[in-house]
Amino acid sequence: MTTQYMLQLQNISYSYHTLHGETKALDRLSFGVKEGEFVAVVGPSGCGKSTLLSIVAGLLSPEDGTIKVNNPDGSLHYPRVGYMLQHDHLFEWRTVHKNVILGLEINHMLTEERLNYVEQLLYDYGLEQFRDKRPGELSGGMKQRAALIRTLALDPQLLLLDEPFSALDYQTRLSVSADICKLIRRTGKTMLLITHDLSEAISLADRVIVLSKRPATVKCEIPIHLTLTDDSPLAARNAPEFKNYFNQLWEEIKNEEF
Amino acid sequence: MKNSKSNSPTEPTNQELFMRQHLRHHRQIAILRLLLLVLFLIVWEVSARTGVIDSFFFSCPSKVALLFLKMCMDYSIFQHAGITLFETLVSFLLVFLASLVIATLLWYSTKLSEILEPYLVVLNSLPKSALAPLFIVWLGTGTTTIIVAGISVAVFGSIISFYTAFRQCDPEKITLIYTLGGSKRDVFHKVVLPASIPLLLSTTKVNIGLALVGVIIGEFLAARRGLGYLIIYGSQVFQLNLVILNVLLLCIFAMGFYKGIQMIEHHIRKKMQL
Repeated sequence: MTTQYMLQLQNISYSYHTLHGETKALDRLSFGVKEGEFVAVVGPSGCGKSTLLSIVAGLLSPEDGTIKVNNPDGSLHYPRVGYMLQHDHLFEWRTVHKNVILGLEINHMLTEERLNYVEQLLYDYGLEQFRDKRPGELSGGMKQRAALIRTLALDPQLLLLDEPFSALDYQTRLSVSADICKLIRRTGKTMLLITHDLSEAISLADRVIVLSKRPATVKCEIPIHLTLTDDSPLAARNAPEFKNYFNQLWEEIKNEEF
Repeated sequence: MKNSKSNSPTEPTNQELFMRQHLRHHRQIAILRLLLLVLFLIVWEVSARTGVIDSFFFSCPSKVALLFLKMCMDYSIFQHAGITLFETLVSFLLVFLASLVIATLLWYSTKLSEILEPYLVVLNSLPKSALAPLFIVWLGTGTTTIIVAGISVAVFGSIISFYTAFRQCDPEKITLIYTLGGSKRDVFHKVVLPASIPLLLSTTKVNIGLALVGVIIGEFLAARRGLGYLIIYGSQVFQLNLVILNVLLLCIFAMGFYKGIQMIEHHIRKKMQL
């Protein structure tokens, strides 16, 4: 049986050019993402992970290689992409509500249907009483939720997360990452998460892709199956298989690090 | 609660004590400020009357006050002050509009900003009073020349400051707009402009002062009305009372402009909750 990928990257290469020369960031990188799948990409720092996301998001065009689209309904249009950046980047001069409808505003999609959907998300994520507050009055976790609503408001089919929790302190990060990922999973959307935190990748993703050091290429792919006992943020980290996956990933990355 | 034992009506709480101290401090500062001014005026008046300084060259507060009253009676001071006020406000508004439009264009086109950069730097460093004689030749004497002089002093620095403010915008916030499917226009309207407002406001505060400088330079050279004209006229006919009166009026003007912009700034900041 051949696996049908929703999105398939084939031999993607990308280099940055400066007056001092060329820096290869990605070198013939290939992998695929299935619909509804949660894929995490890990790799040594500075290996070009963010470049990869920018290419998938369409902010950069690859210098070489193709991205094949294979939607489950057979259509060939590029999936709508939602991108969560490292920081929430909520604008202090807008209320929470004005922030979360920013994408709708830009795309001239302020329809009643969309606005109702946003209200529903605000309610579902416990932000309805902060609707008219400024982002500065929210906690770190609530800001991430607001940023997620801003992304989801445009109803993307593929969500890209670029270390979206790295700006949070460790404790908040544990609960917020589990919280946000649970919320996204509930929507059934396809996700591509970039992180340098191995335990985060293992605890959240269905499959982890390990990149080599720069210029990045796919080193290996490890499917993750954890036996979960409960629903807490730490459940995945307490799963018996967690340690083995961690050691396996560590071995792969360690050889690249130096 | 710690304060609960002292809740008899006579005994103030710590917060009240703090508030009282705060108020007292500010009252003290205000009184001492006023005292300094009064002291200065008294010393000036007394030394002029006792002949320590020559009141022909240095004037004295009572003569300045008398002259002020006289000029108020025949309304001449209002005409002169009014024309200076008008010229300064017009140059200030034109400077604001021009720098906003030009800085926006420079932000849109990096190529244009690279081409124009050395010219802007040179024009900004140039002592603008050197241009005033040219303006007189080109535009004649009168209000237009003075307004152009006011603009010339402030506009180049203002363009550079506005453009720098636009460029200082967090690149990740700009990326955010692109990830949401926005265009360069959206980037400008949704992020760059609102994020720059605090910097634009502080530039504006400097601009109004510079516009006043330009207008006074213009009036020195090419006017028959205005506070700058009265200063130059007073010095030529050795009417030092007139000169000093107008210098004092300019102080009040400068302070008024500054306070005015500050109030607008407060209002905008409050509205945007920055």
